[in-house]
Amino acid sequence: MEALGLLMLGFKALMTWKILALMLVGLVLGIFVGVLPGLGGPNGVAILLPLTFSMDPTSAIVMLSCLYWGALFGGAITSILFNIPGEAWSVATTFDGYPMAQQGRAAEALTAAFTSSFIGSLIAVMMITFLAPRIADFALKFGPPEFFAVYLLTFCSFVGLGKEARQKIVISMALGLLLAGVGMDTVSGQLRLTFGFTELLRGVNFLVAVIGLFGISEILVTMEERLALQGHPASLSFKVVWQVWKTLPRYWVTLLRSSAIGCWLGITPGGAIAASFMGYNLAKRFDKNPESFGTGRIEGVFAPETAAHAAGTSALLPMLALGIPGSGTAAILLGGLMVWGLNPGPLLFVEHKEFVWGTIASMYLGNVIGLIIVMCTVPFFAAVLRVPFSAVAPMIVVSCAIGAYAIQNAMFDVWLMLGFGVLGYVFKKLDYPLAPLTLALVLGSRAEDAFRLSMIGAGGDLRVFWSNWLVGSIATLALVLLFWPVIGMAIERATSTFSSKTA
Amino acid sequence: MPKISQLFYASALALCAATPALAWEPTKPVEIVVAAGAGGASDQMARMIQAAIQKNNLMKQPMVVSLKGGASGAEALIYMKSGEADAHKFVIAYSLIYTLPLSAKIPFNWRDLTPVAILAFDQFILWTNAKDPYKSVKEFTDAAKAATPPFKMGGTGSKREDHILTAFIEKRTGAKFAYLPYKSGGEAATQLVGGHTAANVNNPSENVEEWRAGQVRAQCVFDAERISYKVKVSGDLSWNDVPTCKEQGLDVQYTMLRGMFLPGKVAPDVTTFYVDLFKKLVQTTEYKDYMEKQALKPVFMTGKDMTDFLQKDEELHKQLMTEAGFVATTN
Repeated sequence: MEALGLLMLGFKALMTWKILALMLVGLVLGIFVGVLPGLGGPNGVAILLPLTFSMDPTSAIVMLSCLYWGALFGGAITSILFNIPGEAWSVATTFDGYPMAQQGRAAEALTAAFTSSFIGSLIAVMMITFLAPRIADFALKFGPPEFFAVYLLTFCSFVGLGKEARQKIVISMALGLLLAGVGMDTVSGQLRLTFGFTELLRGVNFLVAVIGLFGISEILVTMEERLALQGHPASLSFKVVWQVWKTLPRYWVTLLRSSAIGCWLGITPGGAIAASFMGYNLAKRFDKNPESFGTGRIEGVFAPETAAHAAGTSALLPMLALGIPGSGTAAILLGGLMVWGLNPGPLLFVEHKEFVWGTIASMYLGNVIGLIIVMCTVPFFAAVLRVPFSAVAPMIVVSCAIGAYAIQNAMFDVWLMLGFGVLGYVFKKLDYPLAPLTLALVLGSRAEDAFRLSMIGAGGDLRVFWSNWLVGSIATLALVLLFWPVIGMAIERATSTFSSKTA
Repeated sequence: MPKISQLFYASALALCAATPALAWEPTKPVEIVVAAGAGGASDQMARMIQAAIQKNNLMKQPMVVSLKGGASGAEALIYMKSGEADAHKFVIAYSLIYTLPLSAKIPFNWRDLTPVAILAFDQFILWTNAKDPYKSVKEFTDAAKAATPPFKMGGTGSKREDHILTAFIEKRTGAKFAYLPYKSGGEAATQLVGGHTAANVNNPSENVEEWRAGQVRAQCVFDAERISYKVKVSGDLSWNDVPTCKEQGLDVQYTMLRGMFLPGKVAPDVTTFYVDLFKKLVQTTEYKDYMEKQALKPVFMTGKDMTDFLQKDEELHKQLMTEAGFVATTN
């Protein structure tokens, strides 16, 4: 139980008023930037970073990582209330969270989101505490074929487990892959699909697309359908919180499954984004009534939020142990570490014990304090929905525009966001799913790079995806999920013929 | 109180003498443009400059770092080019100013910007996995020559410094490598430790943590002389203990500038201000510590020295890239 002793050392480092105050500042600022779409964790951390240059590393990381937790909590708020995901991993939360809010169950959805994020992070932190040194070795096992297998698994789980028409999922995904191809191609060093426009050099930013696809298109649809709507009645009492908590034990399977997925994908460098989607899809797959997902099921909030936060938390581990950031925010924290005179890498755990365990301890404390703070805000945020739509809508559009602009300080992105808004509207009208497009946009170029690197390394031999147990089992699982509907049918037929024979 | 007022006047005079009355100074925050992603070598350098200038009060206005790493840094170059005469931003440039226009036909030439100063040269080292038996460059290149399928060489991006250097090594040794372009030097480093590649040509800073942990072996440095730092880094070894590649029989020399450029057409006194600022910067302990920690070669090159160097360096890149077939043809 060496880990426990070290953890106590970490807690001891935190127990000063100064650090606790910094923690609070970080959390509150984090929730604030998380609520504004597009501003999000990475920007918040980047803005605060210069303030930390004169702090000692432990205070600095505590404040910035608390800002990160705050932003993670805050991201769920806009997803649920306005259908605008603030971070890549909040996308899946909108699927059932937003319908819940529309039914007047916003407080319930927010409580579910906050509680499950808390549980997800807590399980991930516990895993980090006890497995930290060994996990670094696991992450090193991932070469290009393994990375590709993980991305393939995510794509396949979408096609195989989605409830929409398969052709529509594939078309939406293909469009996302096409958009992901815009910009510089890492493998060949050439520009693609830019048609000589310098604005397109950057490629299509994922958050810009998401703000448009979900936020703006939702406003367009609402304008068309229910402009007369006068806000949703939302309960203001704390009773809802207790009601949701009482039902929690019933969903222990979903919570555990999503935590496991989140931890696993989080420590796979770069895999955190896929976690929320996979958590959601698997919860839907294993439910007795998968059709009801997307209409406001509370599991539809629990599953992706738990997975996303487990992943977001465990993504800090590859950053500390290997120097590979698992998310945009982690990348900026990485830059901060260097300025504070620490080098993320295999020796960080040995040479800067107090810093590492202080960080881990701050994950526990930050989450507990963060949960308390956001819980107090539930009635407040739920009440936002009582404001008439005609007053809220312009504010949402403005904050979407600011968010889209702030990501890369580019006016072009604002137009792009509006374009995506129209695209999202058309998709909704024609009943095409948006999620495969966003998934392909965020993972498409990584999957492509990983595939091509695998091919360069293996001389074009596809058998490389079954060359060891790790990559082989992930790739096989991916194919099983892809053909799940066919396999499911075959099993059903086999069992029915079997039972009819025995009968 | 004549004494105090005398002192006051004297110091005021001294101040006036030190800074000519109408010297230009930034009037709003200055933007450090980084032509690479978060956490990379350029970003770290930008954060160091930001911290050093802020801590030592070298400038009244604050500095902000803006990451423009899109399209392998082309975004930053286009951004700087379009900011003509803007005195409130500078870019931390490296060899991409020669390679991107050639390999990806980016409409850019370093002469579009105003060269201010070169603050460092980055080294390249041939690294292999510590678990592999190669004790010398010769053992490694002999094994590479005999290997089928070819050895995998990891690096950052395609048709840029790491790739060019790999082609250079192939040319001198006759060995062939399967070059794997990763997104960052950090990724190339962990992929080497994980055994997914046989070697990489990372900068010292990109592999130093793995070296300290004894996971990789530094075979040789691609420079005319050894790195000067003698403090022990990895076990008993200091940077100075790493032989040059020439000593090891592999005559390849390649270093990379880390230079500061203002946009084109800025007023001469603006350039003077920044030259002066960087001159003060290289005196700070922050800068010196950073150079040693990242095993960078400290220099301060400005004016005609710098433009002469840029011309020569550009020629070298043109030649190497043409030979390697990295220059984009019109299509």
